[in-house]
Amino acid sequence: MNSEVKNTRNTRKFIVSPSPHFKAPFSVRKVMFVVTIALLPALGGAIYFFGLRSLWLVLIAVATAIGAEFLMNLAFKRPLDSCLDGSAIITGMLLAYNLPPTAPLWMAAVGSAFAIIIVKAMFGGLGHNFMNPALAGRAFLMASWPGKMTSGWILREGLGTTSGINVDAFSGATPLGVVQKIKGIGDVAVAEALNSPETLKALFFGRVGGVLGETSVLLLLIPAVILIVMRVIDWRIPAAYIGTVFLGALLAWVFKGTPVTPWFHLMSGGLMLGALFMATDYSTTPVTPAGQWIFGIGCGILTILIRLWGGYPEGVSYSILLMNVATPLIDKYTRPKILGQRKKRKERK
Amino acid sequence: MITFRGGIHPPEFKHLAENKAIEVMPPPRQVVIPCSQHIGAPAKPVVAVGDEVKVGTLLAEATGMISAPVHSSVAGKVKAIEPWPHPVLPTPVKSIIIEAAGKDELDCAIKPRSEAEIARLSAGKIREIVRDAGIVGLGGAAFPTSVKITPPRGVKIDTLIINGAECEPFLTADDRLMREKPEGIIQGAKILAKVLGLDTAYIAIEHNKPEAIKVMTEAAAKVWPQAEILTIKTKYPQGAEKQLISAILKRDVPRGGLPFMVGVVVQNTGTAYAACEAVTQRKPLYERVVTVTGPAINVPKNLLVRIGTLSTDVAEHCGGLKPNATKFISGGPMMGIAQSTLDVPVIKGTSGMLFLNDKKSLFKIAEEVNCLRCGKCVGVCPMGLVPCEIARMGEYEKLEQAERWGILDCIECGSCAFVCPSGRRLVQWIKYGKTLVFAERSRKKEKK
Repeated sequence: MNSEVKNTRNTRKFIVSPSPHFKAPFSVRKVMFVVTIALLPALGGAIYFFGLRSLWLVLIAVATAIGAEFLMNLAFKRPLDSCLDGSAIITGMLLAYNLPPTAPLWMAAVGSAFAIIIVKAMFGGLGHNFMNPALAGRAFLMASWPGKMTSGWILREGLGTTSGINVDAFSGATPLGVVQKIKGIGDVAVAEALNSPETLKALFFGRVGGVLGETSVLLLLIPAVILIVMRVIDWRIPAAYIGTVFLGALLAWVFKGTPVTPWFHLMSGGLMLGALFMATDYSTTPVTPAGQWIFGIGCGILTILIRLWGGYPEGVSYSILLMNVATPLIDKYTRPKILGQRKKRKERK
Repeated sequence: MITFRGGIHPPEFKHLAENKAIEVMPPPRQVVIPCSQHIGAPAKPVVAVGDEVKVGTLLAEATGMISAPVHSSVAGKVKAIEPWPHPVLPTPVKSIIIEAAGKDELDCAIKPRSEAEIARLSAGKIREIVRDAGIVGLGGAAFPTSVKITPPRGVKIDTLIINGAECEPFLTADDRLMREKPEGIIQGAKILAKVLGLDTAYIAIEHNKPEAIKVMTEAAAKVWPQAEILTIKTKYPQGAEKQLISAILKRDVPRGGLPFMVGVVVQNTGTAYAACEAVTQRKPLYERVVTVTGPAINVPKNLLVRIGTLSTDVAEHCGGLKPNATKFISGGPMMGIAQSTLDVPVIKGTSGMLFLNDKKSLFKIAEEVNCLRCGKCVGVCPMGLVPCEIARMGEYEKLEQAERWGILDCIECGSCAFVCPSGRRLVQWIKYGKTLVFAERSRKKEKK
């Protein structure tokens, strides 16, 4: 057929693009901006509990993250401005939140650079990192300078002891550190002190030793609930994670496997920071609803296992990292049922 | 409230046109009527250049089983039969160009049938009438209606659903038709039900159209009390066939299958009305209601437009475009097709003409960045797919894997792309992947 068109009358042209021609006003930058804001209360808490030095650690980590992202964009010929999309800021903040208050400033820079360069940029940048960059950075620092990463717990003067209890033998320990030390010994007095309402209150408000961002349940929980209500983060992973840890801790408490109550387990250590802000990282967690449940439950089980029987007092970051690498597999086997699908799909290959 | 799994709540923008009564647009001086306005084989012209035609005169006849004839929408003379830009098909399509002249006269075959005559019509005869009137699905897909109401041998249809969901934002044509011609639609539903051997039908309307629900309920009580008006939840894509069936009947159309496989026929309200007119008035489908709307048209309207009217004439009739118009969409904003020019004619499947600007970020083409794997697309997909993954498989032409992950099940509703924070062109890559899968299939067939 002759496809030449004659006799048309219009010269006015329009933009042609595939459907849909409608886009929710919701962008990566907005998501990152909102999450950054949600992380700020914990920063305020860190400055209050541990002093102004916390701010420097965070600023250095963030600046290094942005700088590293910029350099990697340059090297890999990616759009340069993507270093300002907010994801690097969040990685820097979370990395710093995982440092003890006395960590040297250069450690914040090294950890942050490792997170961005090795874990994120090398694997393809935004959305392609296979592990949570901040947690991988923390793991790198733990492996390289374990002494500096697991000591130096301090509180600003006048706030009490880092362990949350007044037992001299445990000065300079975190609450979970104390639990680790009395494991198997059965020190009833110490256990009682740990389970006292005062200790739980200290844990809830954050007046205990720990890494910068993890100590205050309150300052993490409120912004996270707002993010969940805004649908920025999904509720499934935090619910599954925290719920599993609670159930595991409850079983352990009933069967005398742990000296502290489930409430203590929920509020101590990095569980809240991890479950609310690290296990909800988009890129390294499953996209399917069923997968998100499995991810959260898996994190919870691993955390409890490490806390009860592991060599470390705390297991949140390794649990999340382990589940991160299981994510592609989880996604593959938890695809939703396609409308009209008759039998359960048989997966080949 | 009745609904399906997944879906989104985009801003509706129905207020622009929902209170504008349907206005009859005067016949234009020239119409361009494509021979292909439906899914299936193009119609074959039966007129020649220079022939005199009247409103409703047959211009081109159906060829083959899945096809539909086209009729003249003005009285005048055939000026040319030549390729013309088409709003849906990518290349110009053989079209019959008619210059209007003299009185706007109806073809002598168009005269009402008496009640007694209508009552005597057999199912087969009604199918023939619907086919000869050139009626196709007016919701947008334009599948020949006569084929849809002819289930394969051995298949029992137990439910007829008249689809008045109109879930696309901006569009109000079905809403207005339901408010203004409720008896006709219900009469049409009754006729279609009779063809299928049913004595009842569901008429499903989203709850954002309370006026239409009220008027239709009253009309049903008068015309055909067996019809049941169902209020369904306002959610996109509620009007998609499979989603509608799943919402109302909790039946899932099998993958790759059609509604008749679960005993259901779905027809759009406009189609039901056209069927009513074809049976009671002997009127072929030569005009339809089109919503002309959007922030970049001066006077949004619901217009009864003759098929073949050029978009440029329609736009002029609506006060012209605003200078900042950037996009012209045939259909709604979610599934409509972007047009490059105003030269395209209104065809049977044109439910709306949408004119957008880029003042609101809602209408802008989003900046595209890497997939974050946030999973929002998975949550909204009404088909239960993983759009972020199958779009990537399409993009990288991993066709076998894409097929296993259900790329062909995608209904291209655009919910995923709407919510994607990364601005990924999910629908584009899925469509691309589908095209490749189909091309591969036909290549394999040829080899055999």
